[in-house]
Amino acid sequence: MYGQGIARGLLVTMKHIARSYMDDIRYAGRKYSGEGNFGARQGMQATGSYTVQYPDEKVAVPERFRFIPFLVIEDHDHAERPGHDWCTSCGICAKVCPPQCIWIVRGRNPQTGRPVPEPDAFYIDIDICMNCGYCSEFCPFDAIKMDHDYELASYDRTSAHIFDKQKLSKEMSHWKRIAPTTALEEMQARGGWEHKDILKEKAKAERAAARARKSALKQSS
Amino acid sequence: MDAVADNTQLDISASIELLRERWPEAINHDNRDGFSGIIVDPAQLDDVALAIRDELGFDYLSSVTGVDYLGVSDHMEVVYHAYRTSGGPALVFKAQTGRDEPRVPSLVPVWPGADFQEREAYDLYGIHFEGHPNLRRILLWDGFDGHPMRKDWQEAYFEEEHKPFDSRWPGGQVYRAEEKNVFGKNVKYPDDFDLGRLSDVSESDLYQGLGLGVDVQALDSDGLRTDRLVVNLGPHHPSTHGVFRMVVTLDGETIASLDPVMGYLHRNHEKIGERNSFLHNMPFTDRLDYISSMSNNLGYALAVEQLLSQGARYSPPTYRAECLRVLMVELTRIVNHLWSLGFLLNDLGAFFTPMLYANNEREKILDFFEATAGSRLMCNYMRFAGVYRDLPERIRSVANLVNDKVRDYNTMDYLTEMVNERLPRFLDEYDTLLTRNEILRERTVGVGVLLAEDAIALSTCGPLLRASGVPYDVRRAEPYSIYPELDFDIPTGMNGDIYDRFLVRFQEMRESVRILKQVLPRLEQSQGEEVVTKVGHTPRVPIGEAYGRVENPKGELGYYVVSEGNPRGPQNPWRYHVRAPSFINLTALGPMCVGHKVADVVTILGSIDIVLGETDR
Repeated sequence: MYGQGIARGLLVTMKHIARSYMDDIRYAGRKYSGEGNFGARQGMQATGSYTVQYPDEKVAVPERFRFIPFLVIEDHDHAERPGHDWCTSCGICAKVCPPQCIWIVRGRNPQTGRPVPEPDAFYIDIDICMNCGYCSEFCPFDAIKMDHDYELASYDRTSAHIFDKQKLSKEMSHWKRIAPTTALEEMQARGGWEHKDILKEKAKAERAAARARKSALKQSS
Repeated sequence: MDAVADNTQLDISASIELLRERWPEAINHDNRDGFSGIIVDPAQLDDVALAIRDELGFDYLSSVTGVDYLGVSDHMEVVYHAYRTSGGPALVFKAQTGRDEPRVPSLVPVWPGADFQEREAYDLYGIHFEGHPNLRRILLWDGFDGHPMRKDWQEAYFEEEHKPFDSRWPGGQVYRAEEKNVFGKNVKYPDDFDLGRLSDVSESDLYQGLGLGVDVQALDSDGLRTDRLVVNLGPHHPSTHGVFRMVVTLDGETIASLDPVMGYLHRNHEKIGERNSFLHNMPFTDRLDYISSMSNNLGYALAVEQLLSQGARYSPPTYRAECLRVLMVELTRIVNHLWSLGFLLNDLGAFFTPMLYANNEREKILDFFEATAGSRLMCNYMRFAGVYRDLPERIRSVANLVNDKVRDYNTMDYLTEMVNERLPRFLDEYDTLLTRNEILRERTVGVGVLLAEDAIALSTCGPLLRASGVPYDVRRAEPYSIYPELDFDIPTGMNGDIYDRFLVRFQEMRESVRILKQVLPRLEQSQGEEVVTKVGHTPRVPIGEAYGRVENPKGELGYYVVSEGNPRGPQNPWRYHVRAPSFINLTALGPMCVGHKVADVVTILGSIDIVLGETDR
């Protein structure tokens, strides 16, 4: 019968409308608040349509979400080297960057003129960055990571969109907070929460101490 | 004729031998390191092409592209990849010509599908295809100086031949390119180009310039003198799916001719690709068909893996990596078809209800992409011989600086629920909503018909080709990844109209769900296998050429990559060409629209399912 297809289709739309209101009633007033409610509405069990009232509400981003990189620095309350760069200015991120938006000035010792493992300057042109995540993927020191802060609009693109080292630097604890699982995996791969070089030095010092103890033992015996 | 042996089943080397016997002087083997196929003398090219098509049965011309070998052998080369629609590998043939005045006979009379691709090669390389019916620029405009893909052409913001640029490290003092190279002052026009042309030209001149034979004196059948009317659909029409323009000549309300005008989103992706290193290109492929970035990644990875596998110390992706790839690609197919069907209904006037229902499901898949690859659309997930990372154990959003909302699901549970319950349920519901809808059928049945032989001749691909009744799918015709061991069917249509394309896409989603149901147990079994590649960020890619192709949701996506293979030189592709399905499918748009009404044009365009990021590149 002509029109049957339309009628059956309309029943589907009716069902969808009903479901959306059912959800409104079920979560009355708590549709977006509370961990469970919001999670359930975003998950596989969700039925009706829903709207997230951005910017009053925001959808949470997953751990691996990537937006404009930041530079990892030690926490400001770190015992040995507070606020120290993790970056060693090896330049790998600048090389693998597809749109070439990373600019690094390698650090030099002013007395000897020899390179030192920290950058004098570090810039990212965020207009050019394409958020591919290569810099953090290939950084051998876990010193550059992708951030979650996607609200970067500003009034003047010519001056505000080149991020310098100060603007890019964020504490290690920030990384632990936004990506706890990944940070933990990386810690296990490194062998500790410290920077790779520090861990290496510590291991070296330990070995030296062990050798010293051993030789002392030998002499005493 | 009976005495002629059936040569349509010969394999590639036997086919080449047969051609070599016939034209011993005109055909040579391509003996360069890492290259394959034959080099044909341009003088004999049309005869050879006819033999390849008619006698050897290579009826489908997949890709035509130019390569500039400046500094290597100082000639231009046109590379053709011809396939049989019955399946099997390509017959690659090439024609070489000088760089100063490159001339090659056009193959449009043999394969009409070469039309746009030859125009593209003319546009970007300046190769003249003699006998082409309509040889003019396609992606760039008339006021563009030079042919940008030539190796000696430099872009306005030129910095260096190859990335990475020296200025970035170790003395990386930042500057903005537009400060050194002020926009507007860096534009060049051809010597004979009159800028005044842009302002005071009469309308008829403009359309003459577009190559449109607008005959305003045409008589209609009743003997009434009626003007034909030229209407521009686009470039900023809401239903043109992007910045796309169709110049339509109307006879009353009926389409007399239709000429697609594109290139508004052109950014010379391929030139950027040659400046880039091999790895740099991966995130750029995301931006081609931005609805289905995962499969774009896969095609490029396959092309480069073909090259890498020729070298030493290369281990192919693990089984789990292949499973992950297929998982992602098939989810992408569903995402894309949901999107395209939703918009097809939008074009028909079913405003946004079907679209948003489809998007509801699409969001769920994108959430999974975001949790795994880090981005919803620009996934950048595949790597050479592997993927970026394994599935996360949990799809989890932690409270952070911008948000206090939390999500937390087990990834495998999420996927299992989606594939086994949610998607099949949704597809059934969508089926009830649309498939038997009388209005939809009235508008689509018998509209925009493309016959099977035309579809093959015009080199169309994907659902467009299959809806015309040609069961051609790269996943079966030349299988890659783990597709040979998976059980799935290739849906085809019978009538080649819009409704059939709708049904084919619908059926393909069901087939994708079927594939996913087989992939999930394989993922469970291969848990713990390494998926992260050992190929570093600057792989040494051996010399040679490769053509990697995949069945993208929109059709056959091919990457033609040439590597110099110099271990000490820059590790960048010498040539990086994208055979874009949306671009080549548009060849069929004009023929499909003639005789229909204006309102149907928008629907026919929607049924091709183009994405301008890929069309214009």
